[in-house]
Amino acid sequence: MNALEATGVWKFYGDFPALREVSFQAPAGGCLALLGRNGAGKTTLLRILAGLSRAGRGQVRILGGDPRERETRARVGVLGHGISLYDELSALENLTLFGRLYGLAEARERALEWLERTGLERVRDARVREFSRGMRQRLGVARVFLHEPAVLLLDEPFTSLDDRASALLQELLRAAIRAGRTVVLSTHQLREALQLATQVALLVRGRLAYTGERSAEMLEDPGWLYRQYGEG
Amino acid sequence: MGFVRQSLTVAAKDLRAEFRTKEALNSSVAFALVILLLFSFAFEPTQEQTREIAGGLLWLAFAFAGALILNRSFARELANDCLDALVAAPLSGAALFLGKALANFVLLVAVELISLPVFGIFYDVNWTRQWGPLLAVVGLGTWGLTVVGTLFSALTVNLRLRELMLPMLVYPVLAPALLAAIQLTSPLVMGQPLNAELMVWLRLLAAFDVIFTALTLALVETVLVR
Repeated sequence: MNALEATGVWKFYGDFPALREVSFQAPAGGCLALLGRNGAGKTTLLRILAGLSRAGRGQVRILGGDPRERETRARVGVLGHGISLYDELSALENLTLFGRLYGLAEARERALEWLERTGLERVRDARVREFSRGMRQRLGVARVFLHEPAVLLLDEPFTSLDDRASALLQELLRAAIRAGRTVVLSTHQLREALQLATQVALLVRGRLAYTGERSAEMLEDPGWLYRQYGEG
Repeated sequence: MGFVRQSLTVAAKDLRAEFRTKEALNSSVAFALVILLLFSFAFEPTQEQTREIAGGLLWLAFAFAGALILNRSFARELANDCLDALVAAPLSGAALFLGKALANFVLLVAVELISLPVFGIFYDVNWTRQWGPLLAVVGLGTWGLTVVGTLFSALTVNLRLRELMLPMLVYPVLAPALLAAIQLTSPLVMGQPLNAELMVWLRLLAAFDVIFTALTLALVETVLVR
């Protein structure tokens, strides 16, 4: 069964087509690395997959449902460019809030568990605005994994992460893939992405230039894909 | 998690965040008091005629000061991309909107309850003689301001000139509700009870609230996901 399916997806910003007839499938239990240069349409595609934006034309299905259906959203975790946490609330309040919004029966207990897993249990009652950058990033990662989503959509997840947060995220993503969850991540950090990926999709100026399984060739030479299918 | 609980969760989050920083609340209260003070300089507060237009002055202060709170409502979500996380979460746009509207309503009412005694002192008006009907009118008028303002707050959140755009969009739409609230408030603060003529304005105000609440709840999903 495919966890994600995009069929003929177009997205326009005014007259400019940010996505041009993008079609692909991602099987459940793998990791799809969404690659492309700046402005290629990676964030636009992820936002459509996450139900944050509507496709101009075409259709997207996640776990067989529409991305805007509540049942679908309950099974998806989204990490965008920001950490999506409130500076005025404490770490525990933030995670409990999202736990409740995702309908977790024991939101506070789950929040405490994830604070421990991310090494933030000692600062659970401190407000997020007092956190260092690395602590904020780890808390952001905890928010995404809190409700144990079946599909994870991550936009540039490794960008500006400190070493500890990056290692934590890699570990969690590997565990998620082993547990049969589906991960889609857009990134410029080819090496990290390709190490995790089971599938690769390359966007060039809004078009899907390549989609397929990650090969050993890509791992050996991460720039190969760009040279072969991209624009050098 | 049900619709009402989701709305209350969002409202509690907004209120908690606001009461910790008091950014919008402090500026809104200060602005309302300054407006009332400046109008009291412009008009002679002891004159009967001035007291008769006092309801209008009051609602102008509420509407202008309210814009500061409404502007912050969705703008608060821009920091750290929190709005994306809320829209991606499995709660309906209507529940999110209603939660934000409830929080805005509480904050606006707080500003109004602080402004009313100050208004009474500046304009030498004993506004408590019809306090029950007056509070009902304030509540209905404030809800109208809240639902329209919260929707436009969501609509203008990504605009660079949102502080300017929000009042420009809200006030024309709000005109019938403001007119009704002013028509009702002036006699009530003067101690006159509600009569048949005023009941027409009250019904108009209530109808505005019902129609615009239903309309905004239906439209908000389209506004949030574009």
